[in-house]
Amino acid sequence: MANVVEMKNITKVFPGVVANNNVNFALEKGEIHVLLGENGAGKTTLMNQLYGLYEPTSGEIYINGKLTKIKDPNVAISMGIGMVHQHFMLVEPFTVAENIVLGSEPSRSGGLKLDMDKAIKDVEEISAKYGLKVDPNVKVQDISVGMQQRVEILKALYRGADILILDEPTAVLTPQEIDELGKILRNLTGQGKSIILITHKLKEVMAMSDRVTVIRRGEKIETLKNENTNTDELAEIMVGRKVNLVVEKDDKVAGDVVMSVKDLQAVDNRGIPALKGVSFDVRAGEIFAVAGVDGNGQSELVEVITGLRKSTGGSITLLGKDITNRPTSDVIDAGVSHIPEDRHKRGLVLQHSLAENSVLGSHKKAPFSKSGVLDYPKIHEFCLGLIDEFDVRTPNEKVAAKSLSGGNQQKLIVARELSRNPELLIASQPTRGVDVGAIEFIHKRLVAERDKNKAVLLVSLELDEVMALADRIAVVYDGQIVGVVNGKDATEKELGIMMAGGSQKKQ
Amino acid sequence: MKKKINYLLENVKYPLLAIALAFLIGSIFVILTDNSPIVAYSALLDGSLGNIPKFGETLLKTTPLIMTGLAVAFAFRSGLFNIGGEGQYLVGAISTVTAAWVLQDLPGFILIPIILLAGAFGGAIWGGVPGFLKAKLGVHEVIVSIMLNYIALFLTNFLVRVTLNPSTLQGTEQKAYSVMIPEHARLLKFNEFMPVFGYSSLHVGILIAIACAVGIWFLLFKTTIGYEIRSVGHNPYASEYGGISISKNIILSMMISGGLAGLGGAMTIAGLTFKVDQSSGLPGYGFTGIAVALVGKNHPLGVLASALLFGIMSNGSRKMQFEGIPKEVVGIIQGIIIIFIAGEAMLKFMTTRKKKEEKGEVA
Ligand SMILES: Nc1ncnc2c1ncn2[C@@H]1O[C@H](COP(=O)(O)OP(=O)(O)O)[C@@H](O)[C@H]1O
Ligand SMILES: [Mg+2]
Repeated sequence: MANVVEMKNITKVFPGVVANNNVNFALEKGEIHVLLGENGAGKTTLMNQLYGLYEPTSGEIYINGKLTKIKDPNVAISMGIGMVHQHFMLVEPFTVAENIVLGSEPSRSGGLKLDMDKAIKDVEEISAKYGLKVDPNVKVQDISVGMQQRVEILKALYRGADILILDEPTAVLTPQEIDELGKILRNLTGQGKSIILITHKLKEVMAMSDRVTVIRRGEKIETLKNENTNTDELAEIMVGRKVNLVVEKDDKVAGDVVMSVKDLQAVDNRGIPALKGVSFDVRAGEIFAVAGVDGNGQSELVEVITGLRKSTGGSITLLGKDITNRPTSDVIDAGVSHIPEDRHKRGLVLQHSLAENSVLGSHKKAPFSKSGVLDYPKIHEFCLGLIDEFDVRTPNEKVAAKSLSGGNQQKLIVARELSRNPELLIASQPTRGVDVGAIEFIHKRLVAERDKNKAVLLVSLELDEVMALADRIAVVYDGQIVGVVNGKDATEKELGIMMAGGSQKKQ
Repeated sequence: MKKKINYLLENVKYPLLAIALAFLIGSIFVILTDNSPIVAYSALLDGSLGNIPKFGETLLKTTPLIMTGLAVAFAFRSGLFNIGGEGQYLVGAISTVTAAWVLQDLPGFILIPIILLAGAFGGAIWGGVPGFLKAKLGVHEVIVSIMLNYIALFLTNFLVRVTLNPSTLQGTEQKAYSVMIPEHARLLKFNEFMPVFGYSSLHVGILIAIACAVGIWFLLFKTTIGYEIRSVGHNPYASEYGGISISKNIILSMMISGGLAGLGGAMTIAGLTFKVDQSSGLPGYGFTGIAVALVGKNHPLGVLASALLFGIMSNGSRKMQFEGIPKEVVGIIQGIIIIFIAGEAMLKFMTTRKKKEEKGEVA
């Protein structure tokens, strides 16, 4: 088979990081080639160079056998390369058809007037041809994320893409939508398209790929054929050592209710209802997980509980005490710890030292301060203890938090939050963007809290994580809990249906 | 200890370089006016540091700059740009005169602290208004504090002309300044207890200003208040998450900032002028304070050094003028220093980036 893309000895250096180091990569015509690697391995960077968003520091790119300098995406598009980014780049108030033709609009009156009828006809044609069903006339803001992804793919195809790059396309999809995407991609390769699929999820690799190239810390490790490998092997190659993919957890009977949420309502930043009457209890000694596709009210739920967002109705009780709409400091004092979903935005003051960060939220309490004066020797000593116990890799406690890697920053946050010995631990996307080693560690710590008879509220978009950790799983859809199932009995299929809004099982 | 010295060097390296470069470029302008840079700069130094009375006058000019510089630096630490130092300084001054008039029967040792506090309080209110509007309504502090500068100017002029005018309060003819504060409300002058200061009007305000710098350093870096203010300045979202109230800290920080500028105005009244003059324009200390804070890298102790630098240039420029060199040269040098320091971030960014890229290539 002919290589439609060949990337030779690609090196890309950013200030302070070598994102790609001498990477070789080849895409054959008509194949689905998965690019596998942990977060931060350099997958997106590699593909951004193919799409002309970055120029390689060194190395060569051949398209259809010809050495090509791709200095910007226009060149890439003219070479038949299309890319669907991790974060969609759609204009929300525009219709599907408008979005698809944007930038290469059919026009009338000598280029002055957009020919909307032709645009709609074009979109219908192309959507029929590739089996990607969309309604050209609805606004993008009114369609589901899965549908938006189709629009992105169609947009690339409309511009004549033969080589399609999809960056983590499954991150925002339910399991059923993922299956469907798999079928769509097969259909596309059947019509002669070649596809590069970026992911860090092992199961998808096995389900969707012809070949897989594993990248670790910016370097290409291996390219394997699908039929010659398995998830365990891929995990080991991806991480660089044997990993334990299952979380060990004993059975346990949950205790009393620690937090009770009743009919909670809230609006999002745009003022649109995000929580539409959410009720659940979290008990001592259980991990209660909230699963769902991103953007169904999870962030707002956590923010309301932790006092970062005002609720517009309903109540939250912690150990019998009403904490609804209390300031965050009161919620912390009531015994709630919080691992935030965005560690850079919420979790750390990046310019401050690890020591100062290690007391964020307890800086006003003994022994860290006395009558308003901080006891820095104590704070440093305390931070060193956390660094030691939680294996935070850092030269010392005085460096700025921004100098740590993502996994180590996350460990520091986990350390800080657990050090308060909370009654309720809220872990929101606790392992997002951290390496597998840190994931294992954080998972163990969450289970340890549960085993200490503390309540744990886990909010995660990773279904695998939810299923591995949770004693009970609530699925949210459109600001409501669609159902609660026992972690042990939950199947991916059942959760997937609920994540798409179907209430197969209610209790 | 060695680490501390390295850290200090790392931080003063660029400002010192900027200052040296600015004087170098300034000398071109001196040469353009057919003068010798050596004559010019030795006049500058001699005029400001040549003997103890001259040095005293330099410190006198430095005093209000320390206060307004601290004000800007402090607000900046919480992520706010207090451009209202002018107004806060003026309100501090007028509050001091008012308090001294109303409470003139009190003995000096009570009256002096009270009138200084009145000035700080007036400034704090004037700074607190933009803080409050920012915290509660999201109105940008720069706009509000600029407007308040002019309101303060006209309010001061009104009070001086009408309410606090000697003609109103003491039955004299109409004057272009307010009533004087009583003798016993005035700050001690250095030459009263250290005759070597000769003709210099330096007063103990300089000591209060230095104490303020040290106090602000302590507040910022050793207390929970400073911790919260710096956190809000660097990352309001994380602060909120850590249970720190953003609005409370914005208001508090602007009040402390305004209080510092107000105290600056108060000390000028209590130590030097003893009255407020009617004026057609803003006094300028608040604006120079922005430059002082910038050159001092928003560090209280850096502000001390940079205020002294500005004090030296301001006092020495007179002597330069006597030598026939236009005092605008000093303005040019000041401008260049500010541009260089403001450009420092860029310079630093470029050099570290280059280093890292070089390392990256090797790896
Ligand atoms: N624009 C950029 N500037 C600096 N560093 C970057 C940039 N983009 C990515 N990186 C760094 O390059 C590395 C690889 O990132 P990325 O390609 O996004 O990884 P992946 O897509 O595999 O998760 C990371 O360490 C990341 O921080
Ligand atoms: Mg990526």
